[in-house]
Amino acid sequence: MNSKGPDYISTTNACKLCRPLGACLAFRGMEGTVAFLHGSQGCATYMRRYIISHYNEPMDIASSSLSEKHAVYGGGPNLKLGLSNVQKKYAPKMIGIATTCLTETIGDDVNMYLREYEREYDGKDDLPCFVNVSSPSYSGTHMQGFHGAVRAVVEQMTEGGPVTGCVNLLPGFVSCADYRYLSEVMADFGLDHTTLPDLSLTMDRPALLEYEKVPGGGTPLHRIRAMGRSCATIEFGRTLGEDESAGRLLLSRFGVKRFRTGMPLGIRESDDFFNILSEISGREMPEKHRLERGRLVDAYVDGHKYLFGKRAVVYGEEDLVTGMVSFLSEIGIQTVLCASGETSGRLVQAIRAVTDGILADQPEVHEGMDFHEISNRAEALAPDIIVGHSKGYPLARKLGVPLIRVGFPIHDRIGGQRILHLGYRGAQMLFDTIVNTVIAHTQELSDIGYSYM
Amino acid sequence: MKTAALEGRLKQIHVKGERPLDIECNRDSLAGAVSQRACTFCGSRVVLYPIADALHLVHGPIGCAVYTWDIRGALSSGPELHRLSFSTDLQERDVIFGGEEKLYRALSELIDRHAPRAAFVYSTCIVGIIGDDIDAVCKKVEAEKAIPVIPVKSEGFKGNKRAGYRAACNAMSRLIGTGDVTGFSPFSVNIMGDFNIAGEIWLIRDYYQRMGIEVVANITGDGRVDNIRKAHGAALNVVQCSGSTMQLAQMMEEEYGIPWIRVSYFGIEDMSEALYDIARFFGEKKLMEKTQRVVREEVSWLMPRLEEYRKALSGRRAAIYVGGSFKAFSLVKAFRLIDMKVVLVGSQTGTREDYQELEAITDPGTIIVDDSNPLELTAFLKEKGVDVFVGGVKERPIAYKLGIGFCDHNHERKKPLAGFEGMLNFAREIYSTVMSPVWRFVPEKPCCPERLHDDDIASGMAARRNAV
Repeated sequence: MNSKGPDYISTTNACKLCRPLGACLAFRGMEGTVAFLHGSQGCATYMRRYIISHYNEPMDIASSSLSEKHAVYGGGPNLKLGLSNVQKKYAPKMIGIATTCLTETIGDDVNMYLREYEREYDGKDDLPCFVNVSSPSYSGTHMQGFHGAVRAVVEQMTEGGPVTGCVNLLPGFVSCADYRYLSEVMADFGLDHTTLPDLSLTMDRPALLEYEKVPGGGTPLHRIRAMGRSCATIEFGRTLGEDESAGRLLLSRFGVKRFRTGMPLGIRESDDFFNILSEISGREMPEKHRLERGRLVDAYVDGHKYLFGKRAVVYGEEDLVTGMVSFLSEIGIQTVLCASGETSGRLVQAIRAVTDGILADQPEVHEGMDFHEISNRAEALAPDIIVGHSKGYPLARKLGVPLIRVGFPIHDRIGGQRILHLGYRGAQMLFDTIVNTVIAHTQELSDIGYSYM
Repeated sequence: MKTAALEGRLKQIHVKGERPLDIECNRDSLAGAVSQRACTFCGSRVVLYPIADALHLVHGPIGCAVYTWDIRGALSSGPELHRLSFSTDLQERDVIFGGEEKLYRALSELIDRHAPRAAFVYSTCIVGIIGDDIDAVCKKVEAEKAIPVIPVKSEGFKGNKRAGYRAACNAMSRLIGTGDVTGFSPFSVNIMGDFNIAGEIWLIRDYYQRMGIEVVANITGDGRVDNIRKAHGAALNVVQCSGSTMQLAQMMEEEYGIPWIRVSYFGIEDMSEALYDIARFFGEKKLMEKTQRVVREEVSWLMPRLEEYRKALSGRRAAIYVGGSFKAFSLVKAFRLIDMKVVLVGSQTGTREDYQELEAITDPGTIIVDDSNPLELTAFLKEKGVDVFVGGVKERPIAYKLGIGFCDHNHERKKPLAGFEGMLNFAREIYSTVMSPVWRFVPEKPCCPERLHDDDIASGMAARRNAV
């Protein structure tokens, strides 16, 4: 019964994005940084369009715009020309260079080109900082691209030295509202912190009557350099691999103590996060958050009968899925299918860890799924709600059940960047949304039109 | 203004009246310039995409397929196979050992599952590099499954969208000429270069039907493989969108002797002219009379409705940046009809002839630009004090961040902007974005004195308070 179905060769409606896109998003959360794709022009444009449709914010990604002759003779000259043009027009503090399938396959040595470029420009200009990450689209997903870029930045920029009181926070790929919330929580615990990356401001800007070449916000570069001197690192993600973990690198290279926890979704995973903060800061949970937790529990109670036993299909990035299932199992929702396009090999274990002792039946868990397979299984499992990004809408529509939109991308609604998922406050928002969605669905299908819930 | 542009881009920017037009175009995009263009694959994908009963399999890593999943609002009146995103999702081992076997198996599997009328197999960058023999795989599957299985040579790095249009036309030319063409009316056409965004081709077909014209094939909006196979049976090819299907029309002229005319369905002027051109081509009195009736009927209900928008929008300034420049010609005229002034017009893939035509129909001082980018566009929009910008998804945040209204004239639009009805939708959309009260809350714009000031907001609030 726990079979994903036939092992298809083809992919239909993938439940993942390509690796360079994740790298570009991570670079966007760093101060004064322009993301640069070493490949053909189309990649940059497609990803810009995809990202803009979620955030409704500018997203300039430069490209080395390789053509056929560069594919044959190497992309070095165009990479250098592109870097120089970005320098001239954007005057960035940093350029984050990610490769694509094209340049990985023709074997371009970006490291060497960058060293040459730096030599050629020596002394002439103030050079921006360059960070490069290998992100072949044929290996891994956008999440490897995202974590890879974060790790590359730490690897290439961070320095050691005397230990400070600063805490590194590596949340992974979350919404702008989530990054904002996390900063608030850290500050409430009195913790000096460096969140890497931080898209809270770069991809959710106030109206300024200006098209900013490089948006304000993002993790300050001097703080990234100092991350090796922090006293601790908190890293989210139960499925994150050790080889792609920046926290692991900070630990092994600089001895920065690392706390690994799941994405703080729902009460238990948030408790874990807040406990870590208490441990590091030596402070009790601040009153504000204690009250938010209390109100959340109160809301759980108020709404529990509308949700108990409802069946959910959850899909998306593995860490988000894990956190979401943890949360859903707290509120009495039975997840029947967990699916991801990623293939860490750790999803089953992660789901078990967050549902043990609270969920009656273990859900089906499948890595490497596309929406064709998700759809086939979902039809058989008859869920009451679907939880995930907007690409599951065709599935929800087909099954006639509501879609709870979380994560990335949200292409069919406004404000995807402002969805708060994390902590007690995020759980409160999600809880209200889910209960109200279930009630609204029942109300719409009802002949009577009840006016009390 | 030109300080916004990189030196390597200066020859692609022209200001009408400053000097004779000598604009460079159809060049590779400049590295690092953040072009708004996509790639060859994109060109092929958008042209073939609306063929709704074909299987569209992208042979490459996942990105190319996933970023083009349901990307175009090209509607179908029947099958919707085109709305699914199929990929071979090449992995590292495929790149090392070759992807032909995976392609063969994926293709066979999908054809068995969906029973399409034909299959298109798109090459992406990586396939061009690893050298998979797509032709051989397609041939083999075609023989086994007895449907046309057509390779599309759309490796991304081969060029811009125009190269992709050519690859798409080549692919379609393999279908044309393979269907039975008996029984078509002498007054028959193929509609080429309309993609049925928001149902636009249905409006156009309705006009043709009222004129007594038979449509053989939609190429490609609401397209069907079997109709395209019969397309050589039409008496005339009516080609919209200068770049995308023109080459196919030229091929069909050479091979089947079918003449073509170029039209645009945007704006009253061009829409009417399109219908009249077709009537003139067939040169039949009754047909012309019917055409006149169609135009009269449409224009007579439309003009009074347009009037209120024209009054409100008169004197406002517009900017246009679109993919293909054919749309820009019509937009310039459409704006003129509602008394607005176009001060900036550009396209990703215009040709020299396109820019000559734009230069001819725009006012002196208008900026004409090829393959522009966000920073240039920003500088132009600010300099020209623009009220509304027409473009696609990537242009939208540029307008909004500058406090300028925006009209989505892209593949995602949900209301038809083509045809007579489309002109009204267009005017309404321009009106809704320009007149929205939200602009009074964005910081004041120095170059637009007519814009509402804080005083107005204050007096508006005072008025509301008094009303209470």
